[in-house]
Amino acid sequence: MTVNPLDVPDVTEPYQPLPGRSRTTGFLTEPLRLGTSPSATVGPYLAIGLTWPDGTWAAEEGVEGGIWIRGRIFDGNGDVVPDAMVETWQADPDGGFPSPEDPRGAASYPGFRGFARVATAQPPGEFAVHTLKPGRVPDGEGGLQAPHIDVSLFARGLLDRVVTRIYFADEAEANAEDVVLRGLPEDRRDTLIATPTDDGYRLDIYLQGDRETVFFAV
Amino acid sequence: MLGSVAKGPYRPGMTGTTPGGGLHLPRYMREPDATRTPVGFPDYRSTGLRAPLRAPVDLAHRLTEVTGPVLGEDRVLPSDADLTLRNGGEAVGQRILVHGRVLDSDGRPVPNALVEVWQANAGGRYRHVVDVFPAPLDPHFDGLGRVMTDSLGRYEFMTIKPGAYPWGNHHNAWRPAHIHFSLFGRSFTQRLVTQMYFPDDPLFGQDPIFNSIPAAARHRAISQFSLERTVDNWALAFEWNIVLRGSDQTPFETEDDGDVA
Repeated sequence: MTVNPLDVPDVTEPYQPLPGRSRTTGFLTEPLRLGTSPSATVGPYLAIGLTWPDGTWAAEEGVEGGIWIRGRIFDGNGDVVPDAMVETWQADPDGGFPSPEDPRGAASYPGFRGFARVATAQPPGEFAVHTLKPGRVPDGEGGLQAPHIDVSLFARGLLDRVVTRIYFADEAEANAEDVVLRGLPEDRRDTLIATPTDDGYRLDIYLQGDRETVFFAV
Repeated sequence: MLGSVAKGPYRPGMTGTTPGGGLHLPRYMREPDATRTPVGFPDYRSTGLRAPLRAPVDLAHRLTEVTGPVLGEDRVLPSDADLTLRNGGEAVGQRILVHGRVLDSDGRPVPNALVEVWQANAGGRYRHVVDVFPAPLDPHFDGLGRVMTDSLGRYEFMTIKPGAYPWGNHHNAWRPAHIHFSLFGRSFTQRLVTQMYFPDDPLFGQDPIFNSIPAAARHRAISQFSLERTVDNWALAFEWNIVLRGSDQTPFETEDDGDVA
């Protein structure tokens, strides 16, 4: 049996000397692991630190193909959540990401950042992101994912972010092949599918209730 | 600010792959529930109608999850690292230097990463329309800071020690002094919003937000006094290292008997 010399049990009072068998060489027998910093709520005052004047523009204003994705956030009472923050991250229309972490290389698409951060403040409970419709992205299992947007939602009353995805109702064929959607119960897939509007798409997010949105553990 | 140039690649040396796809993607570790803040916590009343009630669905880490936005220095001014000098004057309160490193759970520094902070003033009041605590606002303190980590993942900013403040969660409820932090790291999976506390705060015991962190991980949210970084005749210093998720090293097929010659 291997012993990690840094794996010291929590001291609960009163102090108990460790038994003699814990004495080891002092060398690590396993890779160093640091415990991750625990999440905390963004609280009600997030606007102080996290407001970006350009937050809504995942794609620049006026860029060809620009769409608005709008929606509202509802709590368990069916009331809108007027003090949440929505962040979105997605591929460009060619399926590339403007990120050096993409093993295929960082993509660059004119006028496209891929990331948006917006408050649900005006009108209360509603968010609006201007972006380009994402392309299909390999799923790592030999297929392609349907066009989708990853969403992080932060708010007072949420001690960690909650994560969901936005898909598109007019991509029925791609949605039917999508590895993530296929893994969901049929009656819950609709909670992730945005419907077309005059200038883009709309998807409301339900934190609780009969229509509770599918949230993901990432 | 759109289309900012990608910084040099950050290869966290991860070994995981998504099966069968030919794409070598990192697998990020997930903190065990025993040391991870739950989304909802009954003593923190606001979670009651907001925290989802169904169990979240596991999402494998694919391209969208292992990539993330590059948010660079164009979002940060040098003056953003000093919260004590705003609107042409000096903030009231105890000056403190807050510093540390942003690492991943493998101990690797996270360089060139955006760190955003916000906090109450010395009297425990936020400059926000929702905050009606009758403590004075400070005309020279807005409570907003932004810094980038350097090539070794280090960050630091000068601020004043925030005050504790009451909130409506329960009778005579007080939040321990804290600074809000927001970090992106390099991927969607590494995104973190959290709060930094100060050592030995007598308000810890009655604060449900602090106590929502499982006991075994609470110390990770508390900064340490660092005498070596105090600035003589100027400021105290507190050190807080922030650890984002690193590679998933869950040992599968690992022999545990050490029989390896």
